[in-house]
Amino acid sequence: MADKPAPAPIAHPGPDYIYQAALAAGTFQIQRCDACASHIFYPRHLCPVCGSAKISWVAASGDGTVYSTTMIRQRPEAGGNKNICIVELAEGPRLMSRIEGVAAEEVTIGMAVSAEIAGSGDEPKFIVFRPRAGGQS
Amino acid sequence: MSGSIRGKAAIVGVGLSDFGEVPGWSHFELMAQAVERACADAGITSKDIDGLFSMITPANMPISMTAEYLGLQPKVLEGSMLGGSSFVNYLSWAALALDAGLCEIALITYGSNARSSKRRPGGDPVPYEAPYAPRLVDGYAMAAARHMHQYGTTREHLAEVAVAARAWAQRNPKAMMRDPLSLEDALKSRMIADPLTLLDCCLISDGAGAIILTRADRAKDFPTKPVYVLGAAAEHSHMQIAQMPDLTVTAAARSGPRAFAMAGMTPADMGLAMLYDAFTINTILFLEDLGFCQKGEGGPFVANGAIAPGGRLAVNTNGGGLSCLHPGMYGVFLIAEAATQLRGEAGERQIKGAKTALVHGNGGSLSTQVTAILGTAETL
Repeated sequence: MADKPAPAPIAHPGPDYIYQAALAAGTFQIQRCDACASHIFYPRHLCPVCGSAKISWVAASGDGTVYSTTMIRQRPEAGGNKNICIVELAEGPRLMSRIEGVAAEEVTIGMAVSAEIAGSGDEPKFIVFRPRAGGQS
Repeated sequence: MSGSIRGKAAIVGVGLSDFGEVPGWSHFELMAQAVERACADAGITSKDIDGLFSMITPANMPISMTAEYLGLQPKVLEGSMLGGSSFVNYLSWAALALDAGLCEIALITYGSNARSSKRRPGGDPVPYEAPYAPRLVDGYAMAAARHMHQYGTTREHLAEVAVAARAWAQRNPKAMMRDPLSLEDALKSRMIADPLTLLDCCLISDGAGAIILTRADRAKDFPTKPVYVLGAAAEHSHMQIAQMPDLTVTAAARSGPRAFAMAGMTPADMGLAMLYDAFTINTILFLEDLGFCQKGEGGPFVANGAIAPGGRLAVNTNGGGLSCLHPGMYGVFLIAEAATQLRGEAGERQIKGAKTALVHGNGGSLSTQVTAILGTAETL
């Protein structure tokens, strides 16, 4: 079986590529607008708050709070109930995610959570959260 | 430039296809049946249509398919996709095109065999949300959960919306769901995505609707009682639900005031309100955002049958997406019911003396919000 040729490196990738590559390398980073200081998620080319193209990458604190949450009801044989939620990062932006390490029934609005990188093998990586030590924010 | 379309165009024809469960009919066939009925209502033939405003999923170029299917060569072709609110949005563009003389007879139409084909609305790609596999209901459930958290809205308030819709549907012989529904029964419904149950979710139906409009000065040449477009405005807040700035405030808080300002009216002037009820939380959010009550008071506002027949405000008099029909996208049916009411042709569910109606369309995950105000000739 012939090996696939390695893809040519991309000289000037766009923001999403940079975000995904950092996640794959084990770092959760978000953006911060140089002009208006807004933190930005998901990755953009123009700041959605002020329109500036001067945007820098910063390491995300990983701290967040559950802004809203629901439980997808499923029979046990279909995998059981599942959490899906929106987390507000300490920096301000929100993202969809799920809370792991706790039963779906126990996820509540206001729960303090910490980010971790998920996704196995060659799949694109993504952010999930776990309850943060120290309890409710 | 007036920045207004007030009174420029009138609805002169309304048609609904057979709806509910209509096996053996394609999207476009149902659409054509609705067009046939709207044209008969307006006293025209389909070949008189020279402005087409349509979006029929899952086609990628539905405007051409619709024109081809009907054998039309319209001078104006408009098929912007705003989700279920698209059809309310077309009211603006049809009125503008008619007023500018770009076309003479405009058709707004939609059809779907979502129920019989078992094809479920998939929604748009949500690249930053796809890893968590959200269903459409999950975003609305999170809006409801946040509303409960912030304002003390209850499961009973949500159930009141479903019960009111059913009570209206019982007065509409064509509505899909007409069995009696008590608050107690609604509260026992199976949970789908907390806090939304099966009965908090709209139906999945087959069905099509068609609306014929012409310029206001031509409306008297048609056999039907004209229904005028008095105001309209579209707004957007996000596509992916996690990007919604506040899950308890929709862009209806901007589209509503703009549409009312154009019409020169307030919520208190409305004879009825057709609010896109894809889920029960929608009705509560839109009553607040459109100014029928204060933010956070939507739950208490709908309590004790207040939006059911005989209540303080007639809402979703056909039975809504919850109990009448919801074939994937529902916006065209809001307009059809409002026009039917303003013509005084709504039978047992008729709001006596209704001269004005608010029509509010929702698209995506509370993403696009489009408000229109319709009125009879007395309101011009």
